[in-house]
Amino acid sequence: MTDPLKIIEAAESAPFISPTVDVGRVMRRVIYALLPGILAYIWFFGWGPLTNLVYAVASALFFEALMLAIRQRPLWPFLSDGSAVLTACLLALSLPPMAPWWLLLLGSFIAIVFAKQLYGGLGYNPFNPAMAAYAVLLISFPLEMSQWLLPLEIHDKLLNLADTFRYTLNAQLPPGITFDAISSATPLDKLRTGTGLGQTVSDIRNAPVFGIIAGNGTEWVGVGYLLGGLALLGMRIISWHIPVALLLALAVMAGTGYLIDPQQHTDPLFQLFGGATMLGAFFIATDPVTAATSARGKLIYGAGIGVLVYAIRFWGAYPDGVAFAVLLMGMTAPLLDQYTVPRVFGARRKSWRG
Amino acid sequence: MRKLWSFPGGIRLPGFKQLSNSDSIRSLPVPERVYLPLRQHIGAQARPVVTVGEHVDKGQLLAEATSFISAPVHASTSGVVINIGSHTVPHPSGIAEECIQIEADGEDHWYPALAPLDNIDKATPTELRAAIREAGIVGLGGAVFPSAAKLKPPRSIDTLIINGVECEPYITCDDMLMRSNAEAVLRGCVLLQRILSAGQCMLAVEDNKPEAMQQLRKALDILIKAAEPGAKDIELVSIPTVFPAGGEKQLIKVLTGQEVPAGGLPYELGVVCLNVATTAAVYDAIFLGRPLVSRIVTVTGSGISRPGNYQVPLGTPIQLLLDTVGVIDGEAKLIMGGPMMGQRLPTGHAMVVKGTNCILVNKPQPKMTPMPCIRCGSCANACPMNLLPQQLYWHARGKTFDKLERYQLSSCIECGCCNLVCPAHIPLVSYFRYAKTELADQTFKRQRAEESRLRSELRQQRLEHMQREAEERKAKRKAARLTSKKKTVSTKVMASPAVENAPHSMQVSND
Amino acid sequence: MDILIMTALALLFGLGLGYAAIRFRVEGDPMVDKIDALLPQTQCGQCGHPGCRPYASALAEGSAEINQCPPGGEAGMRALADLLGREPLPMAGMMEGATQEPTLMVAVVNESTCIGCTKCIQACPVDAIIGAPKHKHTVLEDYCTGCELCLPPICPVPDCLTLREVKPTISRWKWQSPLVKEKEQAA
Repeated sequence: MTDPLKIIEAAESAPFISPTVDVGRVMRRVIYALLPGILAYIWFFGWGPLTNLVYAVASALFFEALMLAIRQRPLWPFLSDGSAVLTACLLALSLPPMAPWWLLLLGSFIAIVFAKQLYGGLGYNPFNPAMAAYAVLLISFPLEMSQWLLPLEIHDKLLNLADTFRYTLNAQLPPGITFDAISSATPLDKLRTGTGLGQTVSDIRNAPVFGIIAGNGTEWVGVGYLLGGLALLGMRIISWHIPVALLLALAVMAGTGYLIDPQQHTDPLFQLFGGATMLGAFFIATDPVTAATSARGKLIYGAGIGVLVYAIRFWGAYPDGVAFAVLLMGMTAPLLDQYTVPRVFGARRKSWRG
Repeated sequence: MRKLWSFPGGIRLPGFKQLSNSDSIRSLPVPERVYLPLRQHIGAQARPVVTVGEHVDKGQLLAEATSFISAPVHASTSGVVINIGSHTVPHPSGIAEECIQIEADGEDHWYPALAPLDNIDKATPTELRAAIREAGIVGLGGAVFPSAAKLKPPRSIDTLIINGVECEPYITCDDMLMRSNAEAVLRGCVLLQRILSAGQCMLAVEDNKPEAMQQLRKALDILIKAAEPGAKDIELVSIPTVFPAGGEKQLIKVLTGQEVPAGGLPYELGVVCLNVATTAAVYDAIFLGRPLVSRIVTVTGSGISRPGNYQVPLGTPIQLLLDTVGVIDGEAKLIMGGPMMGQRLPTGHAMVVKGTNCILVNKPQPKMTPMPCIRCGSCANACPMNLLPQQLYWHARGKTFDKLERYQLSSCIECGCCNLVCPAHIPLVSYFRYAKTELADQTFKRQRAEESRLRSELRQQRLEHMQREAEERKAKRKAARLTSKKKTVSTKVMASPAVENAPHSMQVSND
Repeated sequence: MDILIMTALALLFGLGLGYAAIRFRVEGDPMVDKIDALLPQTQCGQCGHPGCRPYASALAEGSAEINQCPPGGEAGMRALADLLGREPLPMAGMMEGATQEPTLMVAVVNESTCIGCTKCIQACPVDAIIGAPKHKHTVLEDYCTGCELCLPPICPVPDCLTLREVKPTISRWKWQSPLVKEKEQAA
């Protein structure tokens, strides 16, 4: 301005107000919103989830930095955006707690290197990295992926933090404790094998792994995720469309089954608070990169996941189906977006399709 | 209370209005020189009617309108025309356009022939419209569409909307105008309503301007008590503060619930929408006989030492204005218009024109590096036109312009909402502006190419035709020679038709 | 039996195709028209063909590359790639990755040196130069395509016919793509 003759290089466009949001802040808030669920998880199951988180976050950051260096991208802006940490958290919370270190390392590797960076990094991945890694691990390591912990309330054998870490590193438990004593199949798994053997739901649910509404302990973890999810809704970081459509579709599926045959199907509440439903509904399905973006698209996307989750849980070969449902619906997201273009302001008819 | 509607998207913004609206409107000393561009409006450039060296008075006609969508230019101060030629105009490119340059004599003397319209109460709409056209009034909200053209819609109008919303942060010129001269605004409304014979007239003000509303109420009460005809038809409407509620299409939606068709104009709904400053200018033209020669400009921002509103003669160099109000920071950006939709000017050499509502100088802000799009959809939620900015961004970036048309880029009003809410800090508006000018350029080039192709084809045909004729001539000559050998009589007579057949084109044949 | 059926079918389809070929024969080549519509019609010959239409025919035959038209620029090349289903190529004579658009040029006659020889008028492919023998010529700026075909040595007088850039106007001014800036920052 001091020299009015100085012509500024390239014309610059409005707006000239600094934005208040950034990717890092969004990601960090999502991570904070996971805290109630994580705390409940640790409260009911011991330090297992924490070791998972530590291994996953550390290895995810390492792989992210490595891939950024190889791809010659600036390190700091992308490492600090929090997306790798969030992916690691979701992966860690999806795997059985107290999983061996290499399982998490491998999971992070698949999530960050294959599912994210090789597709172009943040924003370019067609599939949810955490869920892709989970699916690969589930298929490759069925044994490790089904060793879930019993709630502390049942076996009363609290491993301290050091013991937990030791176990995840070398699979050695303190003397007097066998892994069988503290582990169990998940409630959803029990339910599936039980009904497969012709038992009724009410009989199966007498087992100690079941709680008041869903799994013993897991139901409270679900409540924790629900609280975090509601906080995200309140902060307008996620929109209501996907979680509501997902939960509603799942509830309708379960409710219909329950009305038809309560001996074969559980009540809807069990489905909503059992397994990874809440985590999936509020934190995984809402991952914007891999979800549909238009309002109607989001509703269809969420509902599709809800239906698929129930279908996989009830008819499929796996006890829980959130990961597969999210991956399957993720494939449809671009199509959904194309077919749900909203009507532009002032446009007379539905705007362009296809 | 009137029922109000809401438009899709939009965002709430901090106002920063108190920065400039705490003092009353100040006037500037007469500038030494003014530069009046011949095109300060949308439409055809005005044609100068004065010559270099001529002395002109304030308000005297300098250039006349050349078509229906055009506006005349008047002298903004008295002085001598010293040049008619190129000068930098306020545009992000810093391009120069034709301007009339006046060396002020400092008298600021009004042109004596200017007088209020005779017998205003009996004037016909046509007479009023002519007076508005002659006063050079254009939309002062920033769109600078010639008002007289807007007041002659091709169908009947039932709703007149006066836009006192001023939704952009920082800008307070309309606010201050409504506070200080509410009567002029209201009397202007009455005139406009008469011209359009509209059944209802709404004056909309955002609810963050209670003082302006209060002044308008007071003035309206006085007019109604004085039994001013038409005054009781004016309805003052306070609307919620959401950016961009002051956008024409958004305001019409808020007040009437109707959507202006995409690519269409408000009159198609029977609505005409004008800015309050335009309305006050109409009052000045009709009641005082004064053409549009100055306007209120908000000069504000964290880089200005004495922010406020100034009555500025048109054509005043922006640098002069900045020198008067004091610029704190030497490296700050100069912006004409608001922070959301304004344009950055490369130089203070440009002048205040009819569309200059605000000069904004903010201290430099930290630069944001864009991150990849995470498809969060915040942009689509914020878009007041219900577009998908994210899709538009991908296609603008990938230069797939045909897709842009299908996603209706042309409906984008460049309000900047999507850009501001984007967590990845992608310069979406820059992409859209780029794509829009690129598309326009492609259309232009296609037309140009089509013309060239036609001309080239015509030339080709002509050349072929000429060649054929030349061959025919040769053949005839040969035949003539043969016959002349037999009958050596009148060769002259045979040769003459061939001469007559020679091409009459100014082009010279190719052989 | 199978052989018979096959032969019958082959005959039937052959007849059908033959009939269709006659019945639906297209006069001229519509592809050439479509390509021609995408070319900038400068008729400059920079592609090595004597005009836009010949280049279009060459493209339709497949005997020319799509990146030979500098006036069409990158946008033109992309449009051709789209239409012909070919891969976009870097523009000929341009550096890899450069997105510089061709600057629009027009020819101007220096009226003080023009001798009125009409040579440029004969060379102009779009009739954009007017004048008569022994009279000063002038270029119609709105029609000139900047093809350079009238420049010396066609014009016998040095410094008489020159090219200059088209004056920028606000209505034709274009915003720069932010991508260019982004790339600069990344580099």
